[in-house]
This record gives sequence, C-alpha cells and structure tokens, in this order.
Amino acid sequence: MPIKVVSQGLVTTIQDLGRPGYYHLGIPISGAMDRYAMRCANMLVGNDEGAAGLEAVFIGPELEFTEDAVVAVTGADMAPRIDGEIREPWSSFQVKAGQRLSFDYLKGGARAYIAVSGGIDVPIMLGSRSTYVIGSLGGVDGKPIAPGDALPIGQGAGKAGRSVPERLRRVPGNPAELRVIPGLYWHRIVEESQRSFFEDTWKVAPECDRMGYRFREGSALEFVQREQPFGAGSDPSNITDACYPYGSIQVPGGTEPIILHRDAVSGGGYFMLGTVISADMDLIGQMQPHTPTHFVQVDMDTALQARHDRQAMLAQVREALS
Amino acid sequence: MASQIVSPLPGTFYRRPAPDQPPFKEVGDTVAKGEVIGLVEVMKSFHEVTSDAEGKIAEFLVENEGPVQAGQPLVSVE
Repeated sequence: MPIKVVSQGLVTTIQDLGRPGYYHLGIPISGAMDRYAMRCANMLVGNDEGAAGLEAVFIGPELEFTEDAVVAVTGADMAPRIDGEIREPWSSFQVKAGQRLSFDYLKGGARAYIAVSGGIDVPIMLGSRSTYVIGSLGGVDGKPIAPGDALPIGQGAGKAGRSVPERLRRVPGNPAELRVIPGLYWHRIVEESQRSFFEDTWKVAPECDRMGYRFREGSALEFVQREQPFGAGSDPSNITDACYPYGSIQVPGGTEPIILHRDAVSGGGYFMLGTVISADMDLIGQMQPHTPTHFVQVDMDTALQARHDRQAMLAQVREALS
Repeated sequence: MASQIVSPLPGTFYRRPAPDQPPFKEVGDTVAKGEVIGLVEVMKSFHEVTSDAEGKIAEFLVENEGPVQAGQPLVSVE
C-alpha cells in the first residue's frame, strides 16, 4: 500500500485544507499554501477536496509506489516524470507498482501539489492531517517527509486521463498583484507612506515560507508620532499585543512587510497595515523569491466579489471533472 | 567540453560557507562531482549546491549574494 519516500526534495510536507478552529489557542490553520491547486489535485484523482496530499516547495521529491495508483500534480510548473517519462501537469495519470515519480526543475510558481487516489492516510490531529512542523503536529510525526518514510495511502477510486482545463489553472502574474484592504492600524502611518506602500514595486525576499512572506525594496514607512500606549514597545511599529489575522501584513520597524500565511503565529505586538484578500492568498503560495509585487488597494465589496469569483472558478473545475 | 552547474532552487547565491571564510571555489580550481560550489539561501535556511560536472571552473555566472532562479546556471566548467 504505502508510498516509499526516496528523496524529499527541499521541504515536502503532507497537507490538506487545514486545521481551522484553534488559531485563538495559538495553533495555526496550516493546510496547503495554494488550496486551489490542492483541491484541483484531489478532484483529479477522485478524492474529497480535503484529502491529504503532498506540498513540495521549489524542488520535487522522488517517490516509489508499492502498488498501482492514480496520481495528479498541480500548482508550480515542475514537470512530473514516471520512471523518467514526462507526464502532463494538472492531469491524472496511472502509476504502476514499482514505478518512481520524480520532478524536473522548477520553471514557474513555487509549490507543487501531489495527490494520490485515496489520499495520504496519516492520523488526523485536531481535525486535519496537515503538517505544522514548528508545532510537531500532523503529517508523519509532525515532520516533513524524509527518505525511508512509508506514506500510507487510503482506498481510492480515481481515473487516469482527467485534466483541469488550462483557463482554470491559476498562477500569479509577473509582476504579481495582491489585493489588500487597509486595516485597523492604517492610521498609524503617514499619508505619504499610505501612498508609497501601494505605489512601490516590492520584491519577495528569500525569507518566505509557510509562516509568512517577506517583501523588500519598497520605501520604509513613516509612522504618525504618538506616545506609545501601555504594553506597546518603544518602536513605532509596535502596538499593544493583538490578534493577527491570516493574510495580515505586519511591517516590523516599518521596513519589510510580512504577509502571515498558513503556519503563522496568531498574535503579537506589530501593527498590521491591512490584510490580503482571501481570494489572493493562494497566489502567494506560488510566488518565488525576487518576484516583483504590487499591492493593490481594494474595498470590502471588491474582496467579497473576488471571493465569489474564486468560488465560481472552483465550481467550474468541479463541473469539468465530474 | 564545457558544462554548467545550475541552481536547483531559487534564492540568494553565496560563494562562501560563512562571511569570514574563503570561497568554496575560485576560477581555475578543479571541481569534482558532488563537491560543494556554493550555498543558496531560501526560507531562512542555507542549501549546499553540489557540482554534477567535473573539470576546471571557467567562470562564475552569478555574483556572490546575487539573486538566482531555479535552473539558472551558476558556474561554467570546462
């Protein structure tokens, strides 16, 4: 039954759609950084959209199958190969017992999602199989997959030869655009900084991971002067500790914005200038270091419409693959 | 025959193991398969780039601390 891990790539983790409901206790929502791609991969192999698969960042793993399986790879442009023979991305294909799945160099995007018919059947921890590495939760013993691991696979009923239509494969542009709603602490920066944040071209820093994505090369933000309130530190980017929403943008010291993502901490003392809209969070999961990025200011109506559009896109995938 | 060593992942390229240490390799040095020629930093960790070629280093195609993309040639070897 199990899949043997031959090599792990860079960092490959078991993820599903996440572990909501514990963020207020400091346990992040985890789950795939690009949940759209994860859902598509699962649908392609006939799984529930919330089944667990693998998230491989920048470098694909090498896996050996001990039983026949139907597999699909979505997300980053990192061509899958079966025993060296190339396979179509965003499509389901057959793998036979004894064959190996490997990957080419990354050509676009950042994270590939590998779904296997039946899903990866590790124990459910707090409602999810997602790996939260810092908290040693989920996955295989709370760790990224490693050579020698045997990944248990559930009972599946997938079919090979299914494909997500190209117009429904979502990848970030270059430069990337992320839509943002200014937040509760927007008033903490001066007007000139409110303008420059949206006008500047930022670049994804190499310090970008499942906790957060950091950006550089835009202008430093200037804060409105005030006497810091009780409990806030002396730095003007500090606030009295508060909850951090998923997608919120904090700017420690006013210099490098960080967007909190699936494995983020849930609270702290940095002001947040706003929040990336939920419809664009998946795109961040596909951004490589050095990607030029523009933040685009939107209002709540636009954000809700974008969320609706994303749901409509998913519905189209469901229909195309049903 | 000339060949190239490419970066397997995107990030920042470093030619030295640490700021106060000499570079792994210089132009003119010989390099064997599996030898470390530099580091790529991404997601707050450093990953060794090893050579899949052997020969003499002709040129570094990316400067120290330069940005690199996955699959980008770092070194040409002859």
